[in-house]
Amino acid sequence: MTPTVVLPLVIGGLYAAGVYLLLDRSLTRVVLGFLLMGNATNLLVLSAAGPAGGPPIIGVTEPEDMSDPLPQALVLTAIVITFGIASFLLAIIHRSWRLVRQEVVGVDEEDRRVARREGVHADELDPDDLAPEDRPAAHADSLHRTARAGDSTAEEALARRYAGIPSDDIDLPPTRGASR
Amino acid sequence: MISVLTPLPVLLPLLGAAGALLVGRHPWTQRALSILVLSAVLTVSVALLLLADVDGAAAISVGGWPVPLGIVLVVDRLSALMLVVASGVGLGVLVFAVGQGSADGGEQTPLSIFHPTFLVLMAGVANAFLAGDLFNLYVGFEILLTASYVLLTLGGSAPRIRAGITYIVVSLLSSLLFLAAIALVYASTGTVNMAQLAGRLADLPAGTQLLLQSMLLIAFAIKAAVFPLSAWLPDSYPTAPAPVTAVFAGLLTKVGVYAIIRTQTLLFPTGALDDVLMWAALATMVVGILGAVAQTDIRRILSFTLVSHIGYMVFGISLATTAGLAGAVFYVAHHIAIQTTLFLVAGLVERQGGSTAIDRLGGLAKASPLLGVLFFVPAMNLAGIPPFSGFIGKLGLLQAGVQDGGWLPLTLVAAGAVTSLLTLLAVSRVWSRAFWRPAAQPPAQDTDRAAAADAGPELVPEPVGSPVTGDRPSGDGAARDGRTPAGATVAGGRRWRASARRAAWARHAAVATASTPAADQMGDHRVQPPLEPLPLIMVTSTTAMVAVTVSLTLLAGPLYGVAERAAGDLRDRGPYLEAVFGGTGEAP
Repeated sequence: MTPTVVLPLVIGGLYAAGVYLLLDRSLTRVVLGFLLMGNATNLLVLSAAGPAGGPPIIGVTEPEDMSDPLPQALVLTAIVITFGIASFLLAIIHRSWRLVRQEVVGVDEEDRRVARREGVHADELDPDDLAPEDRPAAHADSLHRTARAGDSTAEEALARRYAGIPSDDIDLPPTRGASR
Repeated sequence: MISVLTPLPVLLPLLGAAGALLVGRHPWTQRALSILVLSAVLTVSVALLLLADVDGAAAISVGGWPVPLGIVLVVDRLSALMLVVASGVGLGVLVFAVGQGSADGGEQTPLSIFHPTFLVLMAGVANAFLAGDLFNLYVGFEILLTASYVLLTLGGSAPRIRAGITYIVVSLLSSLLFLAAIALVYASTGTVNMAQLAGRLADLPAGTQLLLQSMLLIAFAIKAAVFPLSAWLPDSYPTAPAPVTAVFAGLLTKVGVYAIIRTQTLLFPTGALDDVLMWAALATMVVGILGAVAQTDIRRILSFTLVSHIGYMVFGISLATTAGLAGAVFYVAHHIAIQTTLFLVAGLVERQGGSTAIDRLGGLAKASPLLGVLFFVPAMNLAGIPPFSGFIGKLGLLQAGVQDGGWLPLTLVAAGAVTSLLTLLAVSRVWSRAFWRPAAQPPAQDTDRAAAADAGPELVPEPVGSPVTGDRPSGDGAARDGRTPAGATVAGGRRWRASARRAAWARHAAVATASTPAADQMGDHRVQPPLEPLPLIMVTSTTAMVAVTVSLTLLAGPLYGVAERAAGDLRDRGPYLEAVFGGTGEAP
């Protein structure tokens, strides 16, 4: 008995085609790729039995001439599993088509959102943009930014910055449109 | 005794699944049956653990076929311990699911498929833990994966189908890889019995061994979500219903870790790929936890910490010392319980706050102090704060790493400590924002838009101390305005904006966190929908799970003892081989 070269070639070809299809975004191709790869794997299991022999039935074939029955049992199980999963996958794809009229691998929106996210995070909000109640105690960053060397007090810095707005003793809101 | 008990963790759930399908029209019968079956499995598993810990490993041949030919089920300390933790966690999740189902009026929904599928999943997990040959391990994996496909896509909504497809295709790929590896193993050794392989693989050329080992490890690493192969997990887990995510996160990846432990100790004890595994562990820890820190959804944060903490277990395995393995085994047991519990709590948070996005949550500590406790305890446990079991497990692993003394293990020890701290950061972000910030606070990115919308031209600036400040839950906004150090002019300008914001926030709060009692304290006494209390069964089961995680701390001594003995058995290999072959442990 000589080992066959056909099986390894077929297995390799099926794997190559299967991987190629599996890399596609279209789900139908993914299913086809999975089927090809499943069959390639089943053939691999089968060829693990070594050279072919007679049917492994006592009384029909001499034990020395029998082919190994165990991989055949294994491959039967594997075929059933592959078949079941493939049909489930088809049902899922059909469902996907009914739901979104698409049969491509979907995008993880939350993932994209996190990746796109920029700027303000609640942890690093500028305290100036918060309502006064929500600011950390004793926060006065805004003053340091505007303060110049000559300013002896914060009041002066504020007075210059908000020139034209009635100042602090009286509790009046600023005029409309006054911006920082 | 042990030969009677061993098949039961697989048989009982399968028969129970059939029974649960038969009584599908009677939801309460179905629920009672499922809980009964899993309780029985838990009892059997505890008995198996006690027997295995006293008498050592045992094996039974299914159907009475002689050992190398038939299917062998092996119970040793590791598999018995895994069975106990898995069935305990499964039972807790099942009770939670019953509570959720009855709270949602599950009698009317056509989801009678949940209980049978869940039982099949547990059967698959038990089969994988007990399998004594590679092909049976594959079948166990397929049973649990097929059940998990159904559970993940339960209800067939668009997000679940999208996430399910990714999960299914990735799982299929790993299964095909595993099957191909089995074929190659059989072709090179002529057996798939793991005990026999332990002897025969060593005779193969080193290159062949390396190929087989790496194929098996890659297949298992996909299932266990080890770093370069972990991207599927945070994508697919968070969309499923809370109990499903909980049991997936707790159990499924750990079955992969269990398979890695078996491969590395029983089949390939030479440690050819230990360094590769150690690098993978490092990357898994660091990349996983950095992902967790970036996320803003509780479930996704937890999914990423799950990936990250798989790194600890792989680290323990890759040390290939008894201490390292003991740490890994203990950590697996601890992590199954803790991760499941946290996902259950996330389910409660979603029910209480209406979302799991921490940008949208707030005031949960006030709304439900019990929920706060339920989150805080396992979260600190996950982060490894003393005296919890997470700390003990991490300490064991880090000690094993220091004992080893090489520069790579020491790097991993450092990375493990950093990962632990970053885990603390990730969970404390959830803790401080979802639980402690004022309930009325809107998502950050919505603030400006909402304020701008409300500060329309018709808005009259409010003087300080106007009743509008009462709209804020704090209620004493005016008093605190006076204390803000920014000068009064600034405060005046801000007040104008703040009052606009208050109006926006109040309205936002009414919409976003309608269920929090903080709404009562808001100035206007609009009629709020009454706060629906969390369903009793869900809270009870989660509390029980939290209690289990705490008891892991109290029982850490005996548990770590079992883990150490299991690790000793694994390193020795003798007990396993003797159990399968009997007597001297020589292959016939």
